[in-house]
Amino acid sequence: MSGDGHLLPIASNADVVAVRRQVRALAVDVGLSLVDQTKVVTAASELARNALVYAGGGRASIEIVENGVRKGLRLSFIDEGPGIPDLALALTDGWTTGSGLGLGLGGSRRLVDEFDLISAPGKGTTVTVTKWAR
Amino acid sequence: MTAHADATRRRVHDLLRAEEERILQRWTDLAKTSAEELRDLYRALRLALGDERDDLADVRGLLAELSRERARQGHTPSDTARVVFCLKEAVHEAVASDGSAEALKGFIWFSRLIDDLGLYTFEVYATAREKIILDQAEQLLELSTPVVKLWEGIVAVPLIGTLDSARTQVVMEKLLQTLVETGAEHAVIDITGVPAVDTQVAQHLLKTVVAARLMGAECVISGIRPQIAHTIVTLGIEFGDIITKASLADALAYALSRSGAEISTPRRTRIAVRTEEV
Ligand SMILES: Nc1ncnc2c1ncn2[C@@H]1O[C@H](COP(=O)(O)OP(=O)(O)O)[C@@H](O)[C@H]1O
Ligand SMILES: [Mg+2]
Repeated sequence: MSGDGHLLPIASNADVVAVRRQVRALAVDVGLSLVDQTKVVTAASELARNALVYAGGGRASIEIVENGVRKGLRLSFIDEGPGIPDLALALTDGWTTGSGLGLGLGGSRRLVDEFDLISAPGKGTTVTVTKWAR
Repeated sequence: MTAHADATRRRVHDLLRAEEERILQRWTDLAKTSAEELRDLYRALRLALGDERDDLADVRGLLAELSRERARQGHTPSDTARVVFCLKEAVHEAVASDGSAEALKGFIWFSRLIDDLGLYTFEVYATAREKIILDQAEQLLELSTPVVKLWEGIVAVPLIGTLDSARTQVVMEKLLQTLVETGAEHAVIDITGVPAVDTQVAQHLLKTVVAARLMGAECVISGIRPQIAHTIVTLGIEFGDIITKASLADALAYALSRSGAEISTPRRTRIAVRTEEV
C-alpha cells in the first residue's frame, strides 16, 4: 500500500460510520464531485456492513491512487468470514441470505468505476473498488 | 515447554496446593479484603496451573467478575489490580520458606503470569467503562431525536447527520410512537441533513412508511438532494408509490392539502413584468 494508505478495523456499527467518514474525507481530497463522493461513500457503507454482518468483521483499506491522468480512491474490504459460494448469485439484485434489500453488492458495483470481488467458501471475502475523479 | 520448565512450574503448583490455606490467608491480609472474595479465584487458578492445557478461561471469568464487582463498590482499577498483585507476595513467602531452586525459578514464571492477570482486570475495567459510555451515547441519541408537530395532524422528523442503523431505528420508532400518541395522519421524514442513504437506511425508511400506513398515517419523504437521488437510483432502490417532495416546505404544503386544512394564504401582490424586445 502507498503512503496514503489507511487501514481501519470493521468490528462494530461505529466502525462502519468511521470508515464512511474517512472515505468521505479522502474523496474530497482527491477531488471527486459531490455526486461521486456520495456514491463512493455509499458503496463503502454497503461493503463495510457486509463484512460486519456476514463475516463478523474485517478491515478496510483506503488509498489514493493515480493513473497518470486522474486521481482516484481505491477501497478494499477484507474479511476472513465464511466467503460467498456463488458470486453471480450474490451480485444479483434482490438476492439476500439475510434480511436486507439484496442490493449492496450489485448496487456498489454500479456506484464505482472498478469492482473486484474475490471470495470462496471458507476463504473469506475481499472486495476492491475504485472510483476515479472525472 | 521443556521438561525442566515443567518441573519448576509443577513445584509452584504443588506449593499452591499444599499451602492453600496459608497462602490464601496471607493474600487476604495483604489485599485487605475477605477470603470469600478470593477463595474461588485462588482455586480456579490452582486448578488451571495443574492443568496441562493452560486453560485460564475460568480464571479470567472470575477476574472479570471481581473487577466489575469492585468497580461497582467504588474501587479504582489500580486497587483491583493491586489485589491480584498481592498474591505474588503471598506466594513468594511460601516459595522462600520452601527454599528449593525449582520453586524460586518457578516463581519467576508465576510472577509474570500474575502480572498478566492483574493487567487483565484493568482491561475489563476499561471495557466496562467503554460500554457505559456507549450506553450513555445511545440514551443521548434517543433524547436528541426530535419529532416535531408541524400542524394539527402533521408531524415531521428531520434526520440530520450520518445515519447508522441504531440511530435510524431509534428515529423511526419514535416517529411511529408519536403518530400513536398524537393521532396525526401525516408524517414528513426530511432527509435534507443526511449525507448518504445506503440500502440499510433506505430499508428503515421504507419499513417506517409501511408501518405508518398500517397505522393509518401517510408519510412523505422530503429533502432528497440530487446526489442522494443519483445514488438511490444507482443502487436500485425502489421507493415505489411513496410520495417524495423536494423540500420540507413542499412536503408540508402537500400534507396540508391532503388533510384538507384551510389555510389562508396572505394575499400576494402580483407584479407583472413585461419585457419588450427592442
Ligand atoms: N463479506 C461477505 N461475506 C459473506 N457473504 C457475503 C458478504 N457480502 C455479501 N455476502 C452475501 O451476499 C448476499 C448479498 O449481499 P448484498 O448485495 O450486500 O445484500 P444484503 O446485504 O442486503 O443481503 C448477502 O445476503 C450474503 O449472503
Ligand atoms: Mg449488504
